[in-house]
Amino acid sequence: MNTSENTKAFFTETGAISSFAARFFKQVYKPRFELNEFIRQCYVIGYQSLPLIGLTGFIMGLVLTIQLRPSLTEYGVEAQLPSMISVAVFRELGPVITALIFAGKIGSSIGAELGSMRVTEQIDAMEVSGTNPFKYLVVTRVLATTLMLPILVLLADAIALYGSYLGVNIRGNTSFSLFYTQVTGILEFGDVLPAFIKTFFFGFAIGVIGCYKGYHSRKGTEGVGRSANMAVVISSVTVFVIDLVAVQVTDILNLN
Amino acid sequence: MLPEPIPVVKAKATAEPVIAIHELAKSFGDNQVLAHFDLVLNQGENLVVLGKSGSGKSVLIKCIIRLLEPDSGSIQVLGENIVDLNEEALDRLRVKIGFLFQGNALYDSMTVRQNLEFPLRRHWMNVSQGEVDGLVMEALDNVGLEETLDMMPEELSGGMRKRIALARTLILKPDIILYDEPTTGLDPITGKEISELMIEVQHKYKTSSLIISHDMKCIRRTADRIIVLLDGRCYAEGTYAELERSSDPQVKNFFE
Repeated sequence: MNTSENTKAFFTETGAISSFAARFFKQVYKPRFELNEFIRQCYVIGYQSLPLIGLTGFIMGLVLTIQLRPSLTEYGVEAQLPSMISVAVFRELGPVITALIFAGKIGSSIGAELGSMRVTEQIDAMEVSGTNPFKYLVVTRVLATTLMLPILVLLADAIALYGSYLGVNIRGNTSFSLFYTQVTGILEFGDVLPAFIKTFFFGFAIGVIGCYKGYHSRKGTEGVGRSANMAVVISSVTVFVIDLVAVQVTDILNLN
Repeated sequence: MLPEPIPVVKAKATAEPVIAIHELAKSFGDNQVLAHFDLVLNQGENLVVLGKSGSGKSVLIKCIIRLLEPDSGSIQVLGENIVDLNEEALDRLRVKIGFLFQGNALYDSMTVRQNLEFPLRRHWMNVSQGEVDGLVMEALDNVGLEETLDMMPEELSGGMRKRIALARTLILKPDIILYDEPTTGLDPITGKEISELMIEVQHKYKTSSLIISHDMKCIRRTADRIIVLLDGRCYAEGTYAELERSSDPQVKNFFE
């Protein structure tokens, strides 16, 4: 494909995903509400992601502390380590890294699950029985990703700080209460709230893109694999784009 | 250019039509699959659409239930032009039409009970759990598979899956059933059982059926009338006995 075809394909895909997202907003308020399926999706998407998110959060905090220590020691500000880690984790690393892990785990699984349902005509079977598969499959999953990711990010942030606490104590002797005081002393409203709000957008984007790619999967098993793969690629890039927009917005609103 | 159709025998419409298709056209890019296609399915009738693989039979049946949008023409189903219906009206009409997929399209993450309850719970919201259980057991009794109630689709044989798919189609008591290649891929004995089941269902529930098939044994058992689909048009029409005696080489090919 040449550049103009690539550009056209990009805008066509972006338009189709936007229209899919608009359909979500149209359907989300209409009864019947698939409460049982929503709760099941929250369990699958949120609870079952906890071990992975917890592990990556812990490693993130620990490694960041170990990596940052030599530079801070060089300038004689080693004592600022907990404060710096907490700002970095809460403002940027926690939300973005957790969202990327989430996109890899949940984006691909939604893309593959809905994709295989599409190619085996299970979604068609729901449509022909007049049961609105969009509401049952898409609305529940997008709501679950939107609400579960912020909770997972908060947990990942907390576990990352615990990892950092252990990292600080590898070569030092800092009590938990001192570490805690340093962390809470530096964090402000502008560090936590904007970063927390953007995670809802991350979760929404991952859910919509995963569902879109799966819902429109074609060409048999190869198409299912492609849907899962593209769901991860597009949602990961979208996480960075949203992050870029969010930092500009918070900057303009003087929330930094 | 498509060849002119050669009508062999025209069966007279003796009852009220439940499906009336006029001048239906559907193409995919340059490939004209259906052109000027006409069909009438009468109340209580078993009408078979016979054609080679790739002749557009499945496209036809998917246009009738509007899984595919036709390019032009009208499709009157139970007195309503399905092409003009909005989403809500379409869902209401689809409840009256059962669709048996070639690949069964059972929901593979649900048990047999959940598969059968799925359309019931979404259309008949005011029925009690006891009534739902009764309807599920009645549907399973119709296909002789009560013992599979709590089994997963993957635990069932090909013939059993077809029967469960038929039970799910029957559970909303549709007026019309569309069968897409109901015996394809089944052994001759199971194919015969499914054909007999289709006739039983027609007698018990007074349904009208449109059967897409190229399995001549199934067609001989089930068809009240046959339409031969060739080059996107209704090429010939008649009963099994009438078409079997046809001297037209294209029609004879199917019966040899």
